[in-house]
Amino acid sequence: MSTEAQTFKGVGTPATRMYGLMAIVALGWVLLGGLIFTPEDAVQGDAVRIMYVHVPTAWIAYLAFIVTGVASACWMIGRKHSLGFDRVAGASAEVGVVFMAMTLLSGSLWGRITWGTFWVWDPRLTTTAFMFVTYIGYLAVRGLGGTAQQRARRSSVIALLAVLEIPLVHFSVVMWRSLHQRATVLSPDGDIKMDGLMLFTLLFGVFGFSVLFAWLVSHRQRIMAMQDARQTSALDVAVAERLKEAQA
Amino acid sequence: MSMSVSRIARAVAAKDLRIELRSRVVSNQVLPFSGLVMIMFAFALDNDDVLQRVAGGLVWLATLFSLFILVQRTFAVETYDGALDSLRVAGVNPQGIFIGKSVALFVQLLVLELVLFVAAVVLYRVNVNGSGVVLLVTCVLCATAGLAFVGTLYGGLTAGARGRETLLPLLLLPVVAPVLICATRATESAFRSGGVTVGEGWPWVGVLAVFAAVFGLGGLLSFGSLIEE
Repeated sequence: MSTEAQTFKGVGTPATRMYGLMAIVALGWVLLGGLIFTPEDAVQGDAVRIMYVHVPTAWIAYLAFIVTGVASACWMIGRKHSLGFDRVAGASAEVGVVFMAMTLLSGSLWGRITWGTFWVWDPRLTTTAFMFVTYIGYLAVRGLGGTAQQRARRSSVIALLAVLEIPLVHFSVVMWRSLHQRATVLSPDGDIKMDGLMLFTLLFGVFGFSVLFAWLVSHRQRIMAMQDARQTSALDVAVAERLKEAQA
Repeated sequence: MSMSVSRIARAVAAKDLRIELRSRVVSNQVLPFSGLVMIMFAFALDNDDVLQRVAGGLVWLATLFSLFILVQRTFAVETYDGALDSLRVAGVNPQGIFIGKSVALFVQLLVLELVLFVAAVVLYRVNVNGSGVVLLVTCVLCATAGLAFVGTLYGGLTAGARGRETLLPLLLLPVVAPVLICATRATESAFRSGGVTVGEGWPWVGVLAVFAAVFGLGGLLSFGSLIEE
């Protein structure tokens, strides 16, 4: 136990501390700007303030899954099959699932206020829900056990199959809705005339959440690296012990 | 001496189908189960007009439920005594295994769907004739090929894993959602449910064909690294 405590040096670096601070400042501004400084919307009233969280979290969720796909492809293509790519893919998917849950939650609350319903079978909503479930499955595959290389191999294939799957789901849902539901849904951001401060707060929110995403992923992948190292060292210790037993 | 991919595929498919013929698990358990599901749908919906209107969707839902059982089974026989590992160690081409197991799954699913469509005609009073039959047969072939490919792909991934019974539906359901949407719409066109024409069904079959092609290719490329442990 004492050796573990000695090797544990934390996962922060001066760089991560700096952009952790940037995230706090940016999100603090979004909190003030979103709740106090910006005016309420002419049509939606105070409900529009959900936008300052909803839009950035949605953007981060999609970004996270792109990062997962790219990192998985890098793992697969790379000659050395570096586990670093696999950990970034996993960390990004974990953070992405959390942000997508926030997107769906804030979106359905917003929908309840502005559309009068928690959910509509709009292609964008439906595809987002499917991405959410798909990446929960991806995380379940990562948890199957085995060695780190086995985990990397399995999960990279699943991530790349998801890249195939999501456009197919989106396309078929678009086709389904366009043929079956002719009524148009009030677009959440299509008909909002945005004043300068609102737009600035929204873009600043996207920036703040992006920094937060980078901060979370870099910490999470370092924790994963430690877990992998610990698993390997535990194996080495066990092998050494058995060897000692055999020699005794 | 290494066997060609097509010979391996034929051998694997023949072996799987022979096991199913002899064990009679599909005919004595899976087919009665799916028939039962069709009866339960009728209990739940309890209205002749509604049943006739949604018959296409119910057939494909019952197919998906049975797909999980079939995929589970087709890989249980492989992992039970390490047969899959033996195939790998023997250097058998994984693409051959993928095609062989997909073909066997395809055949079993076709038998299942035949029973389900007969049940739909008998129990839900749907009509299908003329150009509707051509659409229906093409739709069934494309949809089944897609289901067989993804079923084999994800079945191979979860084979031997802890908690695979619960993991497989979680992974597979989102992936087969396009098949459910497209096959249901095409089948409704073939049945002319709710006033849709047969011609409206063909674009959906196109998506089903794309789906089958994408996952057939994806499976050929990735199956080897999935089962290699």
